[in-house]
Amino acid sequence: MNYVALKMLFGDRAKYLMLLCGLTFAVMLIVQQGSIFWGLMMWSQANISNLNVPIWVTDPGIAQVDEVKPIASTGVDRVRSVDGVEWAVPLYKGLLRARLADGDYHQITLTGLESATLIGRPAQILEGRFEDILQPDAVVLDQWAVERMGGPTVVKVGTIFELNDKLARVVAIAKTQKSFTNIPVVYTTYERAMRYVPRERRILSYVLAKAKDGVPVEDVVQRIRAQTGLGAFTEEEFGWKTIMWVLKNTGIGINFGTTILLGFIVGMAIAGQTFYLFTVENLRQFGALKAMGASTFTLARMILLQAFTVGLTGYGVGIGLATVFGFLTASGGNLPFAETWQLLLMVLAALLAICTFSALISIIKLARLEPAIVFR
Amino acid sequence: MNTMDNHSQSAAVRARGIVKSFGTGDTQVTVLKGIDLDIYLGELLLLVGESGGGKTTLLSAIAGILDIDAGDIDVLGVPLSALPAGRRTQFRGQTMGFIYQQFNLLPALTAAENVAVPLLIQGIGRAEALRRARILLDRVGLGERAEFLPKNLSGGQQQRVAIARALVNEPRLLICDEPTAALDGPNGQKIMELLRDVGRSPDRCVIVVTHDSRIFHFGDRMANLTDGRIVGIERIGQEGTV
Repeated sequence: MNYVALKMLFGDRAKYLMLLCGLTFAVMLIVQQGSIFWGLMMWSQANISNLNVPIWVTDPGIAQVDEVKPIASTGVDRVRSVDGVEWAVPLYKGLLRARLADGDYHQITLTGLESATLIGRPAQILEGRFEDILQPDAVVLDQWAVERMGGPTVVKVGTIFELNDKLARVVAIAKTQKSFTNIPVVYTTYERAMRYVPRERRILSYVLAKAKDGVPVEDVVQRIRAQTGLGAFTEEEFGWKTIMWVLKNTGIGINFGTTILLGFIVGMAIAGQTFYLFTVENLRQFGALKAMGASTFTLARMILLQAFTVGLTGYGVGIGLATVFGFLTASGGNLPFAETWQLLLMVLAALLAICTFSALISIIKLARLEPAIVFR
Repeated sequence: MNTMDNHSQSAAVRARGIVKSFGTGDTQVTVLKGIDLDIYLGELLLLVGESGGGKTTLLSAIAGILDIDAGDIDVLGVPLSALPAGRRTQFRGQTMGFIYQQFNLLPALTAAENVAVPLLIQGIGRAEALRRARILLDRVGLGERAEFLPKNLSGGQQQRVAIARALVNEPRLLICDEPTAALDGPNGQKIMELLRDVGRSPDRCVIVVTHDSRIFHFGDRMANLTDGRIVGIERIGQEGTV
């Protein structure tokens, strides 16, 4: 009877297309909004992922990566002394204003990397050489800094600008993931960063560390916390901490959650209503099948097959459309869009719920159907 | 009046004291008021009477697709009213065929696929079901239109497809509700000729509900159902006279 069910479904082309459109729209909306939401969350922790180090150590009261709470400069040695730590290096991170040659000011995030290792440097360089950061007054910009500070005609390799009245010369442009705040990032060495920023008693923002091979990073993090009294986090922990802070303090979660819920409800309403109409309009046919000996179970199986067939088709088309949207609008990294397998799995679960709901209301109708309807 | 004719053949349907009401309280209407009726193998019984007299309700009760309030119905020796719903559905699928006034063909299926449906319900494979369906379509003169959709067939052709569908699982009881109502005179006659042939098979019987006096002569007997009661059963002569 599967064959009959599918022919009934595809035979009523108008209803089939309406069902397909409803489910496709629901899937596309949920995937698109979910991907943008998750893309934004990835952006919110970009200042962690861009540095790509396994352990972050800072003030224990830290809420998120961009909220710098400086610690004593002895922190580096204290972390190095913890058993299981392979290496530990200082990181400066703070906000400054850059003054361009034309007198224009731009707020930037100054990131100071330890000069001996350059740990935390971006992996991909678009222009110049990152190692030239060791030259006098040298800084490296990320590509978003170029965009925000006037474009490639204004800011390029060789451009000179001022940071706190001190000279900075661009030696390379790095490719990084855009951050939530989209404040331009200027990389320099830790020592030179000390020269750029105003004097403060505590200036060390973070200690970046790595566990020795074979030692679980979680164990090392626990030891650092216990022995130094500092806040220590794995890269993943710190990322989640930052994401949770953004969710709690910006309302983004509620906004996107509402849209995703609307997609779910609209999809369920359209699919449920259309599928129910499809069943009601075929009641005589279903009644005839029942009269010919088809059990309610057989009819329920047919309805479920129809619902899941159109649902899974809508799922494929919806994901395809959302992916094309993401490819067209977010391929350059200008828009947040992270379509993950976890999201697709969740959307599949939501879709199956929609299909089950749609099928159930039809099955209830069919279970109550007197086959005698065919004689009326 | 005696509503149980003396008959030498064995009864395919034996109904006793059938009562069926619809609605409750003041709005309750009793449609069948104690029906006693025997229908025999090898005959075509016409069920006639005024509209609203209970013909379709009785037909539904005999088919086991409508629960009755009181009485007993035996079909082919099986006490249908005592069977649980699932078993009754299965029994119906194995022993009965249905022909409806509105044909009730599935519009998305071809003629052959429509005819194959009862076999598919019985769990027979699609290839075998379609093979047997095409044989039946040949028998009703529609072999060349086996791949046509119902919308591309005339009313008479659709009803012949419905007859092929009703016969494909070789039912012993064929239940027909106004099978000629949607057809013109010549087509109605052809359909009834087909049904009469089925009814003359010694191990089958055909029940036809009809208002169409032009087809009365195809029946073996005619039962008149008026106001929920059988008010007469008469044998029809070979010349078609009642």
